[in-house]
Amino acid sequence: MNSMIIGKYVPGNSLIHRLDPRTKLLLMFIYVFIVFLANNEWTYGVLTSFTCVLLFLSRIPPSFMIKGLKPVLWVIVFTFLLHVLLTKEGDVVFQWLGIEVYDKAIQQGAFISLRFLLLIVVTTLVTLTTTPIEVTDGMESLLSPLKKWGIPVHELALMMSISLRFIPTLMEETEKIMKAQMARGVDFSSGPLSERMKAMTALLVPLFISAFKRAEELAVAMEVRGYRGGNGRTKWRELTWRRIDTAFMLLLGLLAVLLWLLRS
Amino acid sequence: MDIVFRDVEHRYQINTPFEKRALYDIHMDIPNGSYVAVVGHTGSGKSTLLQHLNGLLQPTKGTIHLGNYTITAGKKEKHLKLLRKKVGIVFQFPEHQLFEETVEKDICFGPINFGMNAEEAKARVGEWLALVGLPEEVRHKSPFALSGGQMRRVAIAGVLAMDPEVLVLDEPTAGLDPRGRKEMMDMFAKLQRQKHMTIVLVTHSMEEAARYADDIIVMHQGTIVRRGAPEHIFRHVDDLISLGLDVPEPVLFQRAIEQKFGVQFHAPCLTMEDVIKNLQTLFTRVKSI
Repeated sequence: MNSMIIGKYVPGNSLIHRLDPRTKLLLMFIYVFIVFLANNEWTYGVLTSFTCVLLFLSRIPPSFMIKGLKPVLWVIVFTFLLHVLLTKEGDVVFQWLGIEVYDKAIQQGAFISLRFLLLIVVTTLVTLTTTPIEVTDGMESLLSPLKKWGIPVHELALMMSISLRFIPTLMEETEKIMKAQMARGVDFSSGPLSERMKAMTALLVPLFISAFKRAEELAVAMEVRGYRGGNGRTKWRELTWRRIDTAFMLLLGLLAVLLWLLRS
Repeated sequence: MDIVFRDVEHRYQINTPFEKRALYDIHMDIPNGSYVAVVGHTGSGKSTLLQHLNGLLQPTKGTIHLGNYTITAGKKEKHLKLLRKKVGIVFQFPEHQLFEETVEKDICFGPINFGMNAEEAKARVGEWLALVGLPEEVRHKSPFALSGGQMRRVAIAGVLAMDPEVLVLDEPTAGLDPRGRKEMMDMFAKLQRQKHMTIVLVTHSMEEAARYADDIIVMHQGTIVRRGAPEHIFRHVDDLISLGLDVPEPVLFQRAIEQKFGVQFHAPCLTMEDVIKNLQTLFTRVKSI
């Protein structure tokens, strides 16, 4: 579980860390679209260098990133193989055991896997450099126009930040209960299925009980402090859009234009 | 079961930016049948240390001998289940581990996991309930219908039911009222005497450590800084205060008297009874002069 880095925040003070969360969310959102503009060596080259620059600016050790990507690596490999084996365009490069591999297939496979990889790297990068609270603040701010149509943006954001806030707590709790049950002879990782189901009850029942208790306590604590939702509520952490954020958005626009011009 | 730690170190999340050294340079021997208290400030590594006692955590460096078991850093250990039967851990707030429909089932959970047959386990539930001072009536109740103190006793009974040779207690009295605390601590002391268990008690309460343990380990920032009998440890009051630890009331009281009247007691007093006894001898000496 410790190797999963998606959704984990790495504290730091890099340029990327200091960007407004709205910038990073927009960056992620727009990036997901413009990735699909790339369709030849040039465009993929530009996109990859842009991503590498982002990674460099974030000061996240590449080794850490690579380690964290391991769980999704097999998906990428699988995508690549699927393309190599199933696409039949261009010239045959080699033949082996009756399987013909075409040059276009290799290219296609490489491009698609790269696209996949880039998408994951950028989204991971955003979550690694933005605290969950910043993410929700950013979301709330970006979605606030929807309030006009009666969508409870503040409440949704609150729900999101509460759930994010309690993920580590629940993880800790899970680990604690697992250990307590392991000390009582439960084996969570091996044994027949029926045994393991029983082991899961020993974990889930206490976990649910404490989660409900915690939710109740939180609700009471919020109520006694007079929490009444979003209207007129000021914020302790205020988002500030700075020049660097504008610069980043312009850079992103430039990237989109460049990709548009270079694509074949 | 003798416990021996040699140069043990533990790092959490090793090889990531989150890497944190929680324990280092741990050398310690806990002979069979002793009652050891581990004290230290929050974050001093007490909980990490105790999880090494039954292989829930494995050292990132060094060797641990637990009876016939040897746990060495970097080697995957396979037969931990047998070890876990011999070392029972009562975690902080153990009532959070309860999950069965009845008290009886919950207490039997551990022993059955370790291979006792269900009939035998059930037959012995009465014995285990008596051990922790619970009435027979609770047997068929839901553990969640009991009071907090009773739930804790059920959870402790569940660990004792595994018949461990070593009992590790992580703040077993946290959140209990003074009477509950005393009853619980007396119960553990009795168990140690009757069943010749080894007890490792992790606690914040210096009073408890002073009163019950015959050996105290003081931890600070991930390593052992003092080790000795309570009389020895509490002789150095300023030392303890500088490590961010409390000093038992009787010890402070003794010190205040000593400073005020310019006298010296024979030995540090760990309980109020000791203080009174020492004061009495002091008075008779003063009178005779």
